[in-house]
Amino acid sequence: MERIPILQMGEFLLVTIQVDMHDRLAMTLQDDLTNRISQTNANGVLIDISALEIVDSFIGRILGNIAKMSRVMDAETVVVGMQPAVAITLVELGLSLTGIRTALNVEKGMALLRATVGEPATEAIATEWDEEDDAED
Amino acid sequence: MDMTHSSKIPEILKIHEADLLSEWNQELIATNTRKGLIKEAELQEECREFLKLLRIAAQSGNLSNIQALEWREVREMLSSISRSRSQKGFTPTETATFIFSFKRPLFDRLRQQLHDSAELGEEVWQATDLLDRLGLLVIEAYQKSREEVILRQQEEMMELSTPVVKLWDGILALPIIGTLDSARTQVVMESLLQKIVETGSEVAIIDITGVPTVDTLTAQHLLKTVTAARLMGADCIISGIRPQIAQTIVYLGIDLTDVTTKATLADAFLMALKRRGTTIARK
Amino acid sequence: MQKIEEMKIQSSADVVLVRQAVRQFAIEVGFGLVDQTKIVTAASELARNTLDYGGGGTVKLETLQEGGRRGLKLTFDDQGPGIPDVDMALKDGFTTGGGLGMGLGGAKRLANEFEIESVVGEGTRVIVVRWK
Ligand SMILES: Nc1ncnc2c1ncn2[C@@H]1O[C@H](COP(=O)(O)OP(=O)(O)OP(=O)(O)O)[C@@H](O)[C@H]1O
Ligand SMILES: [Mg+2]
Repeated sequence: MERIPILQMGEFLLVTIQVDMHDRLAMTLQDDLTNRISQTNANGVLIDISALEIVDSFIGRILGNIAKMSRVMDAETVVVGMQPAVAITLVELGLSLTGIRTALNVEKGMALLRATVGEPATEAIATEWDEEDDAED
Repeated sequence: MDMTHSSKIPEILKIHEADLLSEWNQELIATNTRKGLIKEAELQEECREFLKLLRIAAQSGNLSNIQALEWREVREMLSSISRSRSQKGFTPTETATFIFSFKRPLFDRLRQQLHDSAELGEEVWQATDLLDRLGLLVIEAYQKSREEVILRQQEEMMELSTPVVKLWDGILALPIIGTLDSARTQVVMESLLQKIVETGSEVAIIDITGVPTVDTLTAQHLLKTVTAARLMGADCIISGIRPQIAQTIVYLGIDLTDVTTKATLADAFLMALKRRGTTIARK
Repeated sequence: MQKIEEMKIQSSADVVLVRQAVRQFAIEVGFGLVDQTKIVTAASELARNTLDYGGGGTVKLETLQEGGRRGLKLTFDDQGPGIPDVDMALKDGFTTGGGLGMGLGGAKRLANEFEIESVVGEGTRVIVVRWK
């Protein structure tokens, strides 16, 4: 059966959705992810949807479910990379995905997770910013 | 209907297509004042194609209603000719001449073929009516393509008139000046969201100091933009809300509790810096 | 030139195909990215309703040309149980299937024209139009 791959990166899980998912595939992803969180004890989940061309009420609901379920299992979920047209449409549709944390890209999502989960890695974020600022000036 | 049935025009178009084409071509070349704008070969090809489609459409017997299905290909061809003429810089008159110059060859032919003067009068009238309608269609299509150009330019100007600027690494600002109607808000907001992705900026300041008033629709667009940005992973701060606008917002019952607002662009900028983990110290 | 296509909606894979076909039509009509996304999202909602509640059905895609403007019209049809209270079904948050209840109302907001006809025991037809 067709499945969306889940990658493990340290204490986090990373899912990159690259196909136009049909509903059953999305349901499978929800199941697979919750299973993997419990197996791996992951404390963060990143879902990269930058390749998704639409998010409708069904996918919105699945994303919300994943966020809620992972929170129950002590993991934070961050949805990253939503495209502007998708975001505009989702707002018009009436979904604001309250309760889901978001970030612009995987890198920023990772930083957000580290900051929230409270690992020593917060220092790493500070340096990262310094570097960026240096590059800018 | 009876009259159209008995019309000789379809038959004449069929039998004399080749002659009509060459006479019409000569007519067009003679009246073509803009030789630099279109090649003769291209013009000839257009004439040939048009005559063919005209002949096919006319065989239906319907010469009065060019909106009917059988005239669709003729309509489409004329629209595309008008469009390309307007892009090439032809005037409306020059564009419509394409059709009107076909009158003389067709009328000549009718005169040659028809000897009963009542019949001739009737047929000439029908031919005039048909070609006038097609000519008007050409002018309408020309007009429409000009309007599209103007519309596009307006949109481009709207975008230009509201540049999204990068204030700091990760901080964008959108200073809006002038009246915000709902169309402009939409364009401006889309370009803001696009810029957020391109620059990877986590904070966007929308400064409306230069906006005299907002209506409900515009206020709603602003709010939707803030929500859309949040979905993408960026925060918006709205600064410079004038007292009048503040009153409007409250009066209209628009909920701004989830939106960060600051009095001035400077305050918003300081707040944005703080969020980015940067502080400014006075020395 | 007008383009018409009719598709069946019998499985969740069909819903994906409908989304893709609507995208293709929207591009042909000349919609910008945001308009494309809006009509595809509306189509996704309605196709899913046709499948989940209507027990499957069809969608007809049509490009429109009226005066100077171009548009896209989608007609979803099913012979399912119908909707007893359409006004209620259109309310945000109303669901009988454990959804978010945002599909119908959302599709209406995403379209420029919206029509729904439903007869209990006979089926449901939803029409949406979006203009360029
Ligand atoms: N084609 C249909 N046939 C029968 N009932 C329908 C149909 N479409 C919608 N409904 C009814 O209208 C209700 C509301 O539909 P809507 O799409 O708004 O929400 P939903 O499908 O329940 O949830 P969501 O779309 O947010 O996932 C449905 O729960 C169902 O009862
Ligand atoms: Mg639904």
